[in-house]
Amino acid sequence: MKRFIGFIKKEFYHIFRDKRSLFILFGMPIAQILLFGFAITNEINNVDIAVLDHSKDVTTQEIINKISASKYFTIETFIEREADIEAVFKKGKIKAVLNFEKDFGQHLITDGFATVQIITDATDPNTANTISNYTNAILQNYQQEMNKNVKLAYQIVPQTRMVYNPELKGVFMFVPGVMTIILMLVSAMMTSISISREKELGTMEILLVSPLKPLQVIIGKVVPYIFLSIINATVIVVMSIFIFRVPVNGSLFLLALESILFIITSLSLGILISTASATQQTAMMISLMGLMLPTILLSGFIFPITSMPLPLQVISNIIPAKWFIIILKGIMLKGVGISFLWKETLVLLGMTLFLIGLSAKKYKIRLE
Amino acid sequence: MTNELVIQAENLTKTFGSFTAVDAISFSVRKGEIFGFLGANGAGKTTAMKMLIGISTPSAGKATVAGFDVSSEAEKIKKNIGYMSQKFALYDDLTVKQNITFFGGIYGLSRAQIKLKTAELVEELDLKEVVNQLVGALPLGWKQKISFSVSLLHNPKIVFLDEPTGGVDPITRRQFWEMIYKAANNGTTVFVTTHYMDEAEYCDRVSIMVNGKIEALDSPKNLKTQFGVENMNDVFLKLARG
Repeated sequence: MKRFIGFIKKEFYHIFRDKRSLFILFGMPIAQILLFGFAITNEINNVDIAVLDHSKDVTTQEIINKISASKYFTIETFIEREADIEAVFKKGKIKAVLNFEKDFGQHLITDGFATVQIITDATDPNTANTISNYTNAILQNYQQEMNKNVKLAYQIVPQTRMVYNPELKGVFMFVPGVMTIILMLVSAMMTSISISREKELGTMEILLVSPLKPLQVIIGKVVPYIFLSIINATVIVVMSIFIFRVPVNGSLFLLALESILFIITSLSLGILISTASATQQTAMMISLMGLMLPTILLSGFIFPITSMPLPLQVISNIIPAKWFIIILKGIMLKGVGISFLWKETLVLLGMTLFLIGLSAKKYKIRLE
Repeated sequence: MTNELVIQAENLTKTFGSFTAVDAISFSVRKGEIFGFLGANGAGKTTAMKMLIGISTPSAGKATVAGFDVSSEAEKIKKNIGYMSQKFALYDDLTVKQNITFFGGIYGLSRAQIKLKTAELVEELDLKEVVNQLVGALPLGWKQKISFSVSLLHNPKIVFLDEPTGGVDPITRRQFWEMIYKAANNGTTVFVTTHYMDEAEYCDRVSIMVNGKIEALDSPKNLKTQFGVENMNDVFLKLARG
């Protein structure tokens, strides 16, 4: 045990003497979470829109007031003719036009339905999509309020209620993703680099000739990174709660346990990578290209898995991060417990055991 | 020098697929002896040594080191030997003192023993000025001397040196060999591989490996007589060229 503690102490010396690893360990998580939280967001704020109101009655006025009162939209201008629509878009400032049909309010009362056209500038498809979603949400909301006051509902509308993130806050979606990426980066990349560094420098050979058992060497290399990853996960959760007001609706204890499970999954990936690479450079390349890229692209962090072509959807199942993101979103946003997440947890656990087994086997072969 | 045998190899063989790296070598090393293990690059020296220090399993034959079998008792062997590899092997980003503490620690030395040993080394190698400096900042010759001392920290019965003097100047090499003699006088057996034929002259006995086989094994003096040449260099050339 004493040998082991000495080993871990040495590992911490390595980490704290190397400015690059220190930066990756502590600078990166904070920078990334701030970047994703503030800059790269699909939230919209004060988007300029124009209104073409053919009706000009009480109902349309109420809807316009509601839209204008929301912080998402600023009504920049009112236009009078259909022909003006293209003109305002061409100026570039206006991102959407609301076109109320003639006698909108009356149609709604007599016919039970009325139409409003939402025309968006789709040169930026993501924003266009978001704008149309937000506008729909506001219209829906108005409709609900209206139906509350009358006994008979005028209209049966398909409900597209937005659950869990009713304000559509982008950062809520990004926090679980960023947390996953960072834990992956710290655990898998840093361990694989640190193990292959010992190989590259020839110290691994010395360690293997010493009375330390190979397993002790590996565990000794991995334990410091478990600590650091747990600290990182804590920093991310605390930052998202206090800076971005992301709720943690579920149990913090479960969140901690699941995070530790994912950290171990990533560490075993890191060990596996290190058995395949003789130098730090190779370990870094394999981690970045073979691990980080698929994790970012296929885990559902940025691109929704449901909108991927089928083969990619199938491949996404072998990405551990996919399952962890589902778990994180479940615990943080939906507030569900293990009874809803046991399947994902089991998948992750299975992957971990498989990876540990595989790297143990590969490690042994390498010793021969 | 006694007649106690600390390394005994019998038909020790290592094959990788159809390639035979070490081909049934047999030899023995006496306690306190400086045993030179020579051979051209790729002759199988390092592979043979790896089997003796317990990180590679023999394909055939057997060997005992410090009385323990290399195939079945590798863990016991590891406690009784020191090893210094051809790649320089201290941690560059640790100070001299931290390196000594770390390696002392993994060989199971107590804190008091480590303290004592550190003080001894500082005295012996005149390290006072650099003991708290990072190893990476030291010249190669110093690193190698410290590395050798570190491999002797736990008073091993045998120390294995894999091309320990590669890349250092003749003066440092000379000092290094003085350290080797001192260790041997204290009863430590030294098993050393080298490329330098002048160093071969310093050994009590040398073996010369060619293509996985030991082609000659005797004291440098006897070998020179046997081949009728002036120095070890010529012995080596005669053997290596066939």
